[in-house]
Amino acid sequence: MAETARNVAQADPAPQLAVENLHAWYGESHVLHGVTFAVKPGEVVTLLGRNGAGKTTTLKSIIGIVGRRTGSIAFAGTETIGMVSRAIARLGIAYVPEERGIYASLNVEENLMLPPQVRPGGFTVEQIFELFPNLRERLASQGTKLSGGEQQMLAIARILRTGARTLLLDEPTEGLAPVIIQQIGRTLARLKQEGFTIVLVEQNFRFAQSVADRHYIVEQGRVIDMIANDELDANHDKLQTYLGV
Amino acid sequence: MFELIGITPQVLFGQLLLGLINGSFYAILSLGLAVIFGLLNIINFTHGAQYMLGAFAAWMLLNYAGIGYWWALLLAPLIVGALAIVAERLLISRLYKLDHLYGLLLTFGLALVIQGLFRNYYGASGLPYAIPPLLSGGHNLGFMFLPNYRGWVVVASLTVCLTTWYMIEKTRLGSYLRAATENPVLTEAFGINVPRLVTLTYAFGVALAAFAGVLAAPIYSVNPNMGADIIIVVFAVVVIGGMGSILGSIITGFGLGLIEGLTKVFYPEISATVIFIIMAIVLLIKPAGLFGRAT
Ligand SMILES: Nc1ncnc2c1ncn2[C@@H]1O[C@H](COP(=O)(O)OP(=O)(O)O)[C@@H](O)[C@H]1O
Ligand SMILES: [Mg+2]
Repeated sequence: MAETARNVAQADPAPQLAVENLHAWYGESHVLHGVTFAVKPGEVVTLLGRNGAGKTTTLKSIIGIVGRRTGSIAFAGTETIGMVSRAIARLGIAYVPEERGIYASLNVEENLMLPPQVRPGGFTVEQIFELFPNLRERLASQGTKLSGGEQQMLAIARILRTGARTLLLDEPTEGLAPVIIQQIGRTLARLKQEGFTIVLVEQNFRFAQSVADRHYIVEQGRVIDMIANDELDANHDKLQTYLGV
Repeated sequence: MFELIGITPQVLFGQLLLGLINGSFYAILSLGLAVIFGLLNIINFTHGAQYMLGAFAAWMLLNYAGIGYWWALLLAPLIVGALAIVAERLLISRLYKLDHLYGLLLTFGLALVIQGLFRNYYGASGLPYAIPPLLSGGHNLGFMFLPNYRGWVVVASLTVCLTTWYMIEKTRLGSYLRAATENPVLTEAFGINVPRLVTLTYAFGVALAAFAGVLAAPIYSVNPNMGADIIIVVFAVVVIGGMGSILGSIITGFGLGLIEGLTKVFYPEISATVIFIIMAIVLLIKPAGLFGRAT
């Protein structure tokens, strides 16, 4: 799989997602100071960085839910910086927020069926249950009655239904037990195999290493470095300094 | 048994029926307010005026276009709902990013303008609206006389309230509405058009008020103040039930109507204020309301 990724990289196709000189604000507070990075079709890249570096804000800017943002975010060649979030989503980008965003006023089935299909060819409900068998038994439960792991699965499952082929995942392994993390890892590997493009925010860089092609380092609202996955071990010390671990 | 406490069953059931009818209006009106508040976070002070508009729409349809009660029951909510769409798009939508107080002032001001205009044209005395022939007359149930139209009001109100509850809690459209109420930003990020949902929800809540207005036209005379009179009580109902709860507003609406009716039988002196007394007690014991979620 690393092989195909390199071949794709060599062919150097137009990026699926190209972020350039992205600035973002929460009210008066200027949080992103010129984020630049790109993701090729079918690639899995991570955003690594300390707490408060601006990783979440970068994902929110891409999906269009940060109050004010400037710069350029091109999705498959379409400039989205001036678009509202629902229009961006309809281009085929789906988002799993850091807090998972499971609705308490919806049951599991309603949570699963909520996001509208934006592209043909999304997962069927049957395929989703094959991927996450736990969900099938819990369909009638209130969404937030699920365990943390089940909520994360539900948050991923519901966007797979939409047919979106570019996924923004904000710390999907945060606070979860190792078995659940493995299950999510297998899911991401399968999605990668099927050609999904994924931007993954991760703190757990072992996990990041097991799924990603490349890693972007975010610090103080900028991307300051890029490390290819197979060079991660060689750059171990550098990474330690970046992440402050 | 009734004679023991000096009350005939006719009086008791008569007042209970009156209470149920008042409760029918409380329920539809507070339900509309709850739906609107849930999604828009605006307390729609225009609600009473829109109820009055529904009654006037029925009256105008009849007197200017010869369109009768049954069509009015459908058309008046559509007309008033369409006006609500204009008001939401043109005025209310500009206030969502501001403090709630602005929404309150705007909708209150709108109510005053609408009521003032109608008072100017139609006076304050009230216009008659006849009971549709199909529902005139009544039935003697043995223990009481039931006017058909009043029975119909209760049935129609219950049907509309329960249908609304079902739509919100059990359908796909309802799940969009609940999702947008709980987390509008994420819901929009899934590609759902939340602003349009907000507009339609406002129109729907207002259409409920207009429907109640048509139901009310043959019972109370059609007059510009009819909304201002009832809406004060309805707001008390909303405070008691808890702002934003769908089922809560239905139950509280009918329940308080019945309590009001019972009070007229057993302690008529306070029948006009009993709802406000209950409101004060609820505010002391459970400030979020009987069905409200404390936030
Ligand atoms: N809603 C918000 N309002 C104001 N500041 C925020 C908000 N969310 C995040 N921030 C600030 O923006 C910066 C970047 O945050 P974030 O993107 O969440 O970082 P990360 O995901 O990398 O931990 C932090 O300094 C954080 O305090
Ligand atoms: Mg974060």
